Amino acid sequence: MSAREDILTALRAARPAGEHPLPDLPCFPGIEGDLLAAFQSSLAVMGGQWVRLPEGDALGAFIRARVGDGPLIRSATDELPDFPRVDAVNHPRDLENVDVAIVRARFGVAETGSVFLSDRELRVNTIAYLAQHLIVLLDPAAIVPGIADAYLRPDFADARYVSLMTGPSATADIEGVMIRGAQGVRSLTVVFANRH
Amino acid sequence: MSTTVRHKPVDHAAAAAVFVADAPHLAFHDKRLWELRQKRDGQMHGVAEWQELRDLASAIKEHTLSQLPEYLERFEAQARANGIHVHWARDAEEHNATVLRILRAHDARTLAKSKSMLTEECEMAPFLERHGITITETDLGERIQQLDGQSPSHIVVPAVHKLRADVARVFARTIGGDPNNSDPNALAEHARMTTRPLMLDADAGMTGANFLVAETGAVVVCTNEGNADLSANLPKVHIVSAGVEKLIPRQADLGVFIRLLSRSALGSPITQYTSHFRGPRDGAEMHIILVDNGRSKRLGQADFWTSLKCIRCGACMNTCPVYRRSGGLSYGAVYSGPIGAIINPAYDPARYAALPFASTLNGSCTNVCPVRIDIHDQLYKWRRLIAEGGLLPRKKVLGLRVMGVVLASPRLYRLATASARLAVRVLPRPLLYSRLNAWGRDREVPAAPRESFAAWAARNRPAQPNARRP
Repeated sequence: MSAREDILTALRAARPAGEHPLPDLPCFPGIEGDLLAAFQSSLAVMGGQWVRLPEGDALGAFIRARVGDGPLIRSATDELPDFPRVDAVNHPRDLENVDVAIVRARFGVAETGSVFLSDRELRVNTIAYLAQHLIVLLDPAAIVPGIADAYLRPDFADARYVSLMTGPSATADIEGVMIRGAQGVRSLTVVFANRH
Repeated sequence: MSTTVRHKPVDHAAAAAVFVADAPHLAFHDKRLWELRQKRDGQMHGVAEWQELRDLASAIKEHTLSQLPEYLERFEAQARANGIHVHWARDAEEHNATVLRILRAHDARTLAKSKSMLTEECEMAPFLERHGITITETDLGERIQQLDGQSPSHIVVPAVHKLRADVARVFARTIGGDPNNSDPNALAEHARMTTRPLMLDADAGMTGANFLVAETGAVVVCTNEGNADLSANLPKVHIVSAGVEKLIPRQADLGVFIRLLSRSALGSPITQYTSHFRGPRDGAEMHIILVDNGRSKRLGQADFWTSLKCIRCGACMNTCPVYRRSGGLSYGAVYSGPIGAIINPAYDPARYAALPFASTLNGSCTNVCPVRIDIHDQLYKWRRLIAEGGLLPRKKVLGLRVMGVVLASPRLYRLATASARLAVRVLPRPLLYSRLNAWGRDREVPAAPRESFAAWAARNRPAQPNARRP
């Protein structure tokens, strides 16, 4: 018999006794009120930063002013036509020298400060890890209260890769000392900017 | 773990004694893990529905385990429809051979790998190395352990038993660096600068899985360092190793488990990266190996099948006074701490007979478990099986036999307690704290009262007509 058949047969024979119904998932009262403020404080706990695009400012000019002209920048969003794009590479590895990457998150989660980024937003998945610093554009109106709410959205269905990213890469594997910037990005900054 | 080789029984107490003798390491280990427990408590208090989430997580897992063949078939069908290659492995050997076959098919010589306890369980790394594959552990704690030639001592924080100076020495010896610079920032930066190139050049990547979603065919991986997502997204082959118990039915169930996992593990609301792999990238391949390796056998054990609910958060280890003071390596097994003490004996009861005794049965492990495994009850049940199987060390058998006789006879019990009270009062310290009294080795024997409780009660309580004599 194949391994598959053997394993399935063994599991069938070992089925635990008794009734074990699948529970319905209740809707717990989550964060209410100011989702943006909740998102901001959750993100800070996870080591992320945030800034608000000032009313009337152009996004491109705002980011240029923050980042400067020196660093190698790659953008994965159509909103910034003046920036070089991430998908002009042959191999995901070719993004290894990028200093700053800019991506647009589909939505955020107030409970944890996470942002939803799929292969569609990232275009090349490694950009969110190989860049030294990540700038994530997020529409303040696109914040759901909790993680449970995020999983009820259809956005996961059409993606081959989704990461709920929460702050920059981090490690505390040496004596519990928190270090931001483990193998992935050293910083993650959410820029609150409406999607047009 | 191979069952054909007979291994020497693990002597947990002796290994723990070595760990305990090193005061600075012991003190840090105890403090660091207790800090994780306290951070977990802080998170728990911030989630009003915490206990209900534990109930749900437990019920979802028990349901899934009761329908595991059906959910595995559903998952397999979904994953295949999404373009993922699905493999099945009865045991460690089959798992390792499958990995090697995939690597060979791609002429892959280098493998960048993120944390996976299952690959430790299968002893995959030494197998692949024998076949000419170079493996890079990319999680920092795992990397430290790999370079030091040691197993992980904790399922979430693999190098938690090491101090910063130990890490500096390991790095200096293996990947260069100043042995006297033990600044954690400098060490982590050195690991980053030396590991990233290995990921960039790796022919294949490998991750474990925290959850497999039957409904969508997605593999969910929860990590903090960014190494798993790089290992999976850089090379053109991504291999996932997953135990069959990782299944959950619905995507919405993640809304329960993701809320519990990192809060229980590290006391953080979520991991930095909660990543969902549902299909290969264009031009890349994705493989999943579904592994049994003893799990179907455990599912059939009425007393122990619920240990398969485990989501590997490590909360039971962080809270366990024995684990915190003996270190993960003293368990001599892939899984240490309370969860290890109930999992390992299922593989090899003789080899791991000592582990269910590495507990005070205080129940703290059960109280913190996010999927409500009755860990301390299972520890007790394993003790009984091990005793019945004649697997207890002779010293313990003798002691228990004497105790059994004494506890079964009220007369002998009264005599024994009376002489113990007398002994504690009158014996000279050197005799009382001699090798004969294991209890007194590291602690003071409590002061003995002049009379027994029974005698006190007989004096102070008027006799009840129906009461039996104490």
